[in-house]
Amino acid sequence: MPLFEYAPAPESRSVVDIHSSYGLFIGGEFVDSAGDTSFKTISPATEEVLADVAEATVGDVDHAVKAARQAYRGPWGRMSGADRGKYLFRIARILQERAREFAVLETLDNGKPIKESRDVDVPLAAAHFFYHAGWADKLEYAGLVPAGAGLPRPIGVVGQVIPWNFPILMLAWKIAPALACGNTVVLKPAETTPLSALLFAEVCQQADLPPGVVNIVTGAGDTGRALVEHPDVDKIAFTGSTEVGKAIARTIAGTRVRATLELGGKAANIVFDDAPVDQAVEGIVNGIFFNQGHVCCAGSRLLVQESVHDEVIRKLKRRLTTVRVGDPMDKNTDLGAINSAAQLDRIREMSGIAEEEGAERWSPPCELPSRGFWFPPTVFTGVAQTHRIAQEEVFGPVLSVLTFRTPQEAVAKANNTPYGLSAGVWTDKGSRILWMADQLRAGVVWANTFNKFDPTSPFGGYKESGYGREGGRHGLEPYVTLGDVQ
Amino acid sequence: MSPTATRPPARSTAPSPRLDVRKTYKLYIGGAFPRSESGRSYVVTDTKGRFLANAAQASRKDARDAVSAARAAFPGWSGTTAYNRGQVLYRVAEVMEGRFDQFVAEVSAAEGLTAARARATVAAAIDRWVWYAGWSDKLAQVLGNLNPVAGPYFDISAPEPTGVAAALAPQSSSLLGLVSVVAPIVVSGNTCVVVTSATRPLPAVTLAEALTTSDVPGGVVNVLTGRAAEVAPWLASHRDVNALDLTGAADAEGVAWGDLEAAAADTVKRVLRPAGTGAAVVEPDWTVTPDLRRIRAFLETKTVWHPKGR
Amino acid sequence: MTTLASVGERARDVLGVGRVTNQALTTWLHGLPGVDQVGCEARAAALGTRSIKTTAKAWGIDMAISMIDLTTLEGADTPGRVRSLCAKALVPDPTDPSTPRPAAVCVYGDMVGVAREALSNSGIHVAAVATAFPSGRASMPVKLADTRDAVAAGADEIDMVIDRGAFLAGDYLTVFDEIVAVKEACRRDDGPEAHLKVILETGELVTYDNVRRASYLAMLAGGDFIKTSTGKISPAATLPVALVMLEAVRDWRDQTGVQVGVKPAGGIRSSKDALKHLVTVSEIAGDDWMDPDWFRFGASSLLNDLLLQRQKLRTGAYSGPDYVTID
Repeated sequence: MPLFEYAPAPESRSVVDIHSSYGLFIGGEFVDSAGDTSFKTISPATEEVLADVAEATVGDVDHAVKAARQAYRGPWGRMSGADRGKYLFRIARILQERAREFAVLETLDNGKPIKESRDVDVPLAAAHFFYHAGWADKLEYAGLVPAGAGLPRPIGVVGQVIPWNFPILMLAWKIAPALACGNTVVLKPAETTPLSALLFAEVCQQADLPPGVVNIVTGAGDTGRALVEHPDVDKIAFTGSTEVGKAIARTIAGTRVRATLELGGKAANIVFDDAPVDQAVEGIVNGIFFNQGHVCCAGSRLLVQESVHDEVIRKLKRRLTTVRVGDPMDKNTDLGAINSAAQLDRIREMSGIAEEEGAERWSPPCELPSRGFWFPPTVFTGVAQTHRIAQEEVFGPVLSVLTFRTPQEAVAKANNTPYGLSAGVWTDKGSRILWMADQLRAGVVWANTFNKFDPTSPFGGYKESGYGREGGRHGLEPYVTLGDVQ
Repeated sequence: MSPTATRPPARSTAPSPRLDVRKTYKLYIGGAFPRSESGRSYVVTDTKGRFLANAAQASRKDARDAVSAARAAFPGWSGTTAYNRGQVLYRVAEVMEGRFDQFVAEVSAAEGLTAARARATVAAAIDRWVWYAGWSDKLAQVLGNLNPVAGPYFDISAPEPTGVAAALAPQSSSLLGLVSVVAPIVVSGNTCVVVTSATRPLPAVTLAEALTTSDVPGGVVNVLTGRAAEVAPWLASHRDVNALDLTGAADAEGVAWGDLEAAAADTVKRVLRPAGTGAAVVEPDWTVTPDLRRIRAFLETKTVWHPKGR
Repeated sequence: MTTLASVGERARDVLGVGRVTNQALTTWLHGLPGVDQVGCEARAAALGTRSIKTTAKAWGIDMAISMIDLTTLEGADTPGRVRSLCAKALVPDPTDPSTPRPAAVCVYGDMVGVAREALSNSGIHVAAVATAFPSGRASMPVKLADTRDAVAAGADEIDMVIDRGAFLAGDYLTVFDEIVAVKEACRRDDGPEAHLKVILETGELVTYDNVRRASYLAMLAGGDFIKTSTGKISPAATLPVALVMLEAVRDWRDQTGVQVGVKPAGGIRSSKDALKHLVTVSEIAGDDWMDPDWFRFGASSLLNDLLLQRQKLRTGAYSGPDYVTID
């Protein structure tokens, strides 16, 4: 315990009103499911039940798609871009006004530290809506269709399935561009984190969004499958595991349904001997321990130049002794709870495998709460390229450390994976940054920084990390009709 | 009967109308509302010649002070993120919307419009402002790009604001035209000095009130009410003004836009000529949805090279 | 106690040379890892989001008070003014005798005698600025005489300024030699040597790379403390600068075993600022620096803001300027 002990600094739960049960949000209203199954969503930090959530049936999904289609054929499809933009501006504003409520709800349902929800997730979600609001009436400038082809047309009804790691942010990444381009949406939040999406439905009501433009159907794998397989969905947007992404790609094969997939990753965070070392250590920590490592683009492989390996690891380990693990509702918590028992099992399993493979395991001393799902920040050194801990996505606060000697070797090791979502480069040399960025087969390259996101900056992967981009001008393309070919 | 006697009024007397508190219309410089340093004002009437107000009559020294304020505000305004600028400008639209009825009354009086036409104009002005606000964080993506040079170089061209712009606001369209001139200048990070319509300056002052209550930093927009013929030459020749918008030369008494452009040539200012063909100038139709011309006129392009190597 | 000879020997050892030359210093300083401005400022901002409440806040306030070098450095200073400040240091809050005392009073060299007498054997140190503070633009003999006078008058600590002109011109050897000479002038035949704080004037150095290099140069030359600023120009102390300096002293101790203190000065006016600095000390350098012997705040109005916060914790109500004494 350091001399300067931070007293508990709990955020209050009272700002958010969690209902005991939730229905589905279809056609602008909360409605009961046609079926009779529901599931519980819990706080992963305490295992307390937060609410009962309806499990949408195939019939419910059909109902939602019909509502979306009706809105598309009706007011939304006929609406000017400027007016669509105004609705999006309203939504952005309301998200800002209710920011604290959303942050608390997100932390309770997901387990991430309140300071992350408050400082990262919710502000970025609002910013996504602001950015896309401004595109709604400027689509002819986005370079999406040939000059003289008129306004880019929307696609129609979009089915969107989002993961549990950044619930409200992933919702914003999906809904904002879809609506800006004139589509209507049926969105399924992850089964362990449905609450912020259900609160977002209230925001849609407050903004007077025409009914059916946004529909929220809660459920698990079956509900997601029903949405993906629905014959009247024109486009799928999916963020989640590579395995499910491949299943979706198989499902839509041979049809005209378009898809964007944002899948897993095993990013290399590459540290050269001339890196600004204190900021590099910070970047390593941020890269794999931000959001408990539940990040598709996490820097889960540290590739450190062999000549500085010992010094970097020594500094990294010292830095990790100040990471605070614990109650996500405490404003000083850095590392929150693992999102579910299933995910915790996966992380434990992979960590066990890493030890068996011969890597050396280290964690700073941590006092973990007795209830809830917890895993300390963990570093495996002595990892080789062929180890499973260097190849497979763990999706937890687990760092694998490998070494390299030359820039070419760093590139080869970084690229030697079926994944290709992101990469980090740490060096003081500008030309090396740009050369590395050219060579790395990754959709996002962060140089002397990591895990930076912006609504203007396109995000997405190479190879099995998926295809399509979200954010920026490029992120509009998946949401417009491109012409006769499609 | 003496004035102080307290006999109650007879029942048939109607209550007397409330005396309004009349607004004063001053200049807007550096975030404050000073009178002209020259102490002058001039009479502003509606289209039927009825008195509306005495507006401040800007002098060359006011113009000089406005340019100083605009220059001082430039590093902060251009240095803030595009997102932040967009937020601030969107907020201006919110505040304008809150003052909808006020603007309708002023535009109606200034331009002689029916209430319905005035409402349509004010709505268009607010929507125009929203359209421009949404450009802030997209310009770099639409107007900038990577250049595939024939060598191992990272080569990028990006738009940057040119600096301080002096603009002659349209003589006829006192709000919609004004907004259509001011917003494209500031959305990219420029600051500006605006000379209002001579005969219809009042909505501009109310717009300035909206700006100052919307977190727009002082000096980003400066409003000079008065006669373009008097102050425009001083702005055109001013060595600390980077660009000149001559839109309001159309129908401006005593303004020869060619002379202004010639004066601006001394410092190689970027000049946006007024609409029209040949020497003739007209005020554009402001109801037409703009394109990017007005934004581009006040942008530089910066190209940066960097080698790519191990 | 480091002798002149031992400073020189350690310097040659650290540089790996037979003789300390400007070339050797340049190679060494320019070989230090760079500081990425954006990353550094982001870390400082993140540390600034720590929420310090209740017992932690009370502890932090008291620790911060005990780390203050209560300062007056005005051309208009008089013995009366200095005595008044010393009285404030002895009794910061007359309504609450449990209030801790600042670590030191910091004055111009010609006021040391007055402060010494006023503080007598209270344990509060007398720190004096010297070496033609704040600009440092005078000849070496003048700067050393300035130092010796303050030491002779009884200063416990000397706050010197480095020659920023020499530093920015790349003449690191001059900067090094001056620090060594001033350290030597801090010796007393009849008592313990005065502790030397080396003011880098980070506002004039501008880049964090320069702050790191100047920190290392000062530590190599034998400084006991590195200090951010004179407080006479802006920017003075900022959290990122304090962070870089705390990283420097931490790394220096790892490398040489020698612990050097850090003093941010100027621009720290609120309790919030002070607590952010303590968070930074705790999480960057560690507990060994969480002590007035190793960390100081150069401040004047900070003390009253800490007292106001202290009063609020005690009474439960927000306090006001009428309830703290002016000094």
